[in-house]
Amino acid sequence: MNREKLVERILLICALSAIFVIFLIIMFLFKEGLPILKKEGLSFIFGRFWEPSKNIFGALPFIIGSLSVTFLALLIAVPLGLFCAIFLSEIAPGWAESLLRPVIELLAGIPSIVYGMFGLIIIVRAIKVSIGLPTGESVLAGGIVLALMILPIIISISEDSINAVPRAYKEGSLALGATHWQTIRNVIIPSASSGILASVILSMGRAIGETMAVVLVLGNVEMIPRSIFNPAEALTSVILLEMGETPVGGTHYQALFAIGILLFVIVMLLNTASILIRRRMR
Amino acid sequence: MNVYKEEKIMKTLLWGSALFTVFILIAILSFLIIKGAGALSIDFLTKIPTDSGEKGGIFPAILGTLYLVTIAVLTAAPLGIGGAIYLVEFQREGIITKIIRFGADTLNGVPSIIFGLFGFAFLVYYLKLGVCILSGGLTLGFMILPTVLRTSEEALRAVPRGDKEGSYALGATKLQTIRNIVLPQSFSGIITGIILGIGRAAGETAPIIFTAAILNPVLPKSVFDPTMTLPTHLYNLVSEATPDKLLNAYGTALVLVMIILITTYSALLLRRYFTRNIRR
Repeated sequence: MNREKLVERILLICALSAIFVIFLIIMFLFKEGLPILKKEGLSFIFGRFWEPSKNIFGALPFIIGSLSVTFLALLIAVPLGLFCAIFLSEIAPGWAESLLRPVIELLAGIPSIVYGMFGLIIIVRAIKVSIGLPTGESVLAGGIVLALMILPIIISISEDSINAVPRAYKEGSLALGATHWQTIRNVIIPSASSGILASVILSMGRAIGETMAVVLVLGNVEMIPRSIFNPAEALTSVILLEMGETPVGGTHYQALFAIGILLFVIVMLLNTASILIRRRMR
Repeated sequence: MNVYKEEKIMKTLLWGSALFTVFILIAILSFLIIKGAGALSIDFLTKIPTDSGEKGGIFPAILGTLYLVTIAVLTAAPLGIGGAIYLVEFQREGIITKIIRFGADTLNGVPSIIFGLFGFAFLVYYLKLGVCILSGGLTLGFMILPTVLRTSEEALRAVPRGDKEGSYALGATKLQTIRNIVLPQSFSGIITGIILGIGRAAGETAPIIFTAAILNPVLPKSVFDPTMTLPTHLYNLVSEATPDKLLNAYGTALVLVMIILITTYSALLLRRYFTRNIRR
């Protein structure tokens, strides 16, 4: 009996390890980043200039950079992903489904650095040539690359929620004489809307937190982009690019952790919202 | 608009978006294969890089990724599987299981660059492990912990109740039942979760770039040495793109993607095989 209690204790510790890691992450982010956030206050978030050499730290260009790339990615990936999900659950014949499913799984498996490389060499060049920009590295390139990356998440979660729509709703609509598309538009999509929303919010969190794909195609200019053809820099990129060149414990180091806090808070809010929506759905 | 015309147009659009998704995968894979196949050779896989990656192979990077993934699995597998056994066998569904699951889901959503910051501040600097394989492997291990935990949980839950009750009825203790009935039956499901974790850990760049990676092609002697890795080597080649570096970058990317797609796909096949057998 004692041995069983002992094993139970050990397993409980294993089960709590994920929560323990979350606490450690929060602790260390705030330990390093909070001092500068407290000192600079709102001017850290709304400051328009980032000049570490002059001790000026304003994260607004990166916040706007991250948000604009993310919204552009959603604009491209949500319609495409939703259509794929509808295709899979409503009209795909068996062979098409068994072709498309592994494709989506493989797309989800490709590492972000490879998406970034593909973006830099194909998409950035295509934008440069077709629009005639001096450099193709831009918000537009970042949005397209991120759209490819979040597509699998949008498809799989929207499809789950479309499949969860009760059969009777669909049959009722068809029995009333609606066509298949009218049923999809007026019955299935509205009933699945909360799951679709959850997938959009979750993929928004993924897009904002993505580093490697974005850093290679955005151009990394510390300015607020005026249009989607301007280069920009994301919150994640600043951390990646500047972490290596800064002394541990200095103001610049703390400022990068403060950016980490901003990123963490934004992504956690989005993820929690998505989890809550999906839980309510069930 | 005519209802039937609309129906036709929308169905064409649905087919079109599915085809486009397939096209994206084909485009990325053929891009890698066409550009990268020329770089691949036995020498490329077994030699160390020279002239900062312009010549030579990627052997230290392959080895480094292997080491990191091994440590990541050694970290995540015991914690994840142990946690899953606790959730399924020792704890009734309630507030505690909800908290644990919420913790795992939250950890799953943490951006990879944050893991990098955390690994640097906690493991490299606070615990004074330094930039080394151990720091990077642990960071990756924390990152894939939720994947292992949740897939193991699913596999354990799929074990039929009757089998467990049969074991108890024969007088077996809880630990005996877990060891002799539950774990053998859920084994392939648990392995699937670990392989999925391996696929994710092998491709991540941001968590290891401050915690484990160096540019020098030195073979590590112990887990306390830093190492080259495939993703960070690829990042360095691509971000300082000269024509020679780019050719080697394509080759590196092809090797990385092949490793990941083979592991991920074998996990998916295993899962399909496993769910089919359970239903029977």
